[in-house]
Amino acid sequence: MIAADTIRLPIPLIFSATLFSAGVYGVLARRNAVLVLMSVELMLNAVNVNLVAFSAHLKDKLFTGQIFALFVITVAAAEVGIGLAIVILIYRNREMINVDEVNLLKW
Amino acid sequence: MGPLAQAVAPSHMPIVLRPLLPELILVGTALALMLLDALRPTPDQRPFVLLSLAGVAGAAAATLSLWTWKGPGSVLGGMIAADRFAVYFRLVILAAAALGILLSSYYLDRAGEARGEYYPLLLFATAGMTLITAASDLILIFLALEILSLSLYLLTGFSFRRLASAEASMKYFLLGAFSSAFFLYGIAFAYGATGTTNLAGIATALASRVNGDALALIAVGLLAVGFSFKIAAVPFHMWTPDAYQGAPTCVTAFMSAGTKVAAFGAFLRVFGVAFLPLAHDWRAFMGVLAAISIIVGSVLAIAQTDIKRLLAYSSIAQAGFILVGLSAGTQAGIQSAMFYLAVYAGTVLGAFAVVAIASVRGEEHTALSSYAGLARRRPLLGLALTAFLLSLAGIPPMAGFIAKVSVFSAAVQAGSWPLVLIAVLASVAAAFFYIRVIVLMYMQDPAPEIEGVRIESDPAGWAAVLAPAFLTVVFGILPGLLFGLLRTASVVRF
Repeated sequence: MIAADTIRLPIPLIFSATLFSAGVYGVLARRNAVLVLMSVELMLNAVNVNLVAFSAHLKDKLFTGQIFALFVITVAAAEVGIGLAIVILIYRNREMINVDEVNLLKW
Repeated sequence: MGPLAQAVAPSHMPIVLRPLLPELILVGTALALMLLDALRPTPDQRPFVLLSLAGVAGAAAATLSLWTWKGPGSVLGGMIAADRFAVYFRLVILAAAALGILLSSYYLDRAGEARGEYYPLLLFATAGMTLITAASDLILIFLALEILSLSLYLLTGFSFRRLASAEASMKYFLLGAFSSAFFLYGIAFAYGATGTTNLAGIATALASRVNGDALALIAVGLLAVGFSFKIAAVPFHMWTPDAYQGAPTCVTAFMSAGTKVAAFGAFLRVFGVAFLPLAHDWRAFMGVLAAISIIVGSVLAIAQTDIKRLLAYSSIAQAGFILVGLSAGTQAGIQSAMFYLAVYAGTVLGAFAVVAIASVRGEEHTALSSYAGLARRRPLLGLALTAFLLSLAGIPPMAGFIAKVSVFSAAVQAGSWPLVLIAVLASVAAAFFYIRVIVLMYMQDPAPEIEGVRIESDPAGWAAVLAPAFLTVVFGILPGLLFGLLRTASVVRF
């Protein structure tokens, strides 16, 4: 039975799937490396929504999903730190950060 | 006691840390090295090399002592598995790390890139690799995957003044982070479908259902995509040639061996334990991945003119061969894949070690044309590279031959002979480009501009070439040495 004040599971799942797809589109379509990085963050946060929604839906006594979301946030922060460092490195070398113009290595 | 009960009643469970000791030693050594680098900056890298070798040796000793572990199958609330499966993978990874450290000390000296933060990063990556093979919970698998990936992104861009290295680092990072998100999305669905992230718990929950439900199947698909990125299977291989070519050769050697072994270790555990009840659904998918990896990797390798890129495409094809073992979905399949991984790690590490030495300084001579006449200028180096290439091609008496045969026979027993037929035909085609390099080394005269280049090496460089060469031949002649271990090591406990 679903209480009147709870959100039904499909709604957050669809929301997170939309966020995730937006992130995938961003990674594939954006040229600027910083925007690509932001799109990846969008994907990770979509997963967080999913984890918390499942955790609430399953009434998990261990709160696995919610704790996992905290881990994901931490890892995402570390990832951004390293990602921006690499982007700055590229920028210092070439004065631009467009992923499709970084093409020294191919075939 | 199930993992759930363990976690609910933590006060009665003693905290057992011994199965985690190898990683603790590695991380402790890495932290000590970081402090040493900060407090006593010195241009002399020898203490760093020796200390990190000591850390790896300590971790290996701690790992070996786990072979006879009589305690519970998993500790820390079902997070860490204390089985021989983990011991086997850890030993392979630690061996690769030790050789990687030796090769790095050789390479970084000559490339003028010797900086103190290198060895801690390498040890962190190693700790992530060993941890992922022992992790029996999806949370820990994800964390270990990130530990190893984040360290490797930095190592790939370690020669940051070289444009190719920075570019490789960026491409590896963007695609790696992208794939991590898919992996994570898969974990979320696995959790949603079963209510747990513990691998044994997932298996129990899935086994009690007659048909896999949609959420579980989405999870299987997304996790397979995430793993395929890490093991560099087609069509998720785009980062591999760029990262392998741009990274400093010593990093390429270490990561091509270590990452693939570690990712496959987790792959085998997740699909061989947690998703075994759904094996019927994912076997065909693995078969397709295997077939296109072998075909695309072999075909594209033929067109390469750079040895590092050639070896990168070869490693894509090798991932396909290992997937053939996994797609069998049987104990024999897992066993053969584990044998193949150990052989692959030694072979590819040795081949990149030869490349590092033949490049003289940094990345100077990695074009295939500079390998003309190599065997006449440096007979031992040429002989070692020949052994590695023959092993990659799967020609007896090298270990690669036994590895291929065992993978194929496991797949035939499981009834997937069309896949084996494709794999055998593709490996015949692949033999062409391996043998082309050997012909180049033995039959052609060196180009005038590299005729006078003197190739020298020191004991560390030679160790990184000769130890894998020795093992490649020994395991080719006496494969029973490894298969004896694998009889018990291929059984996953939980």
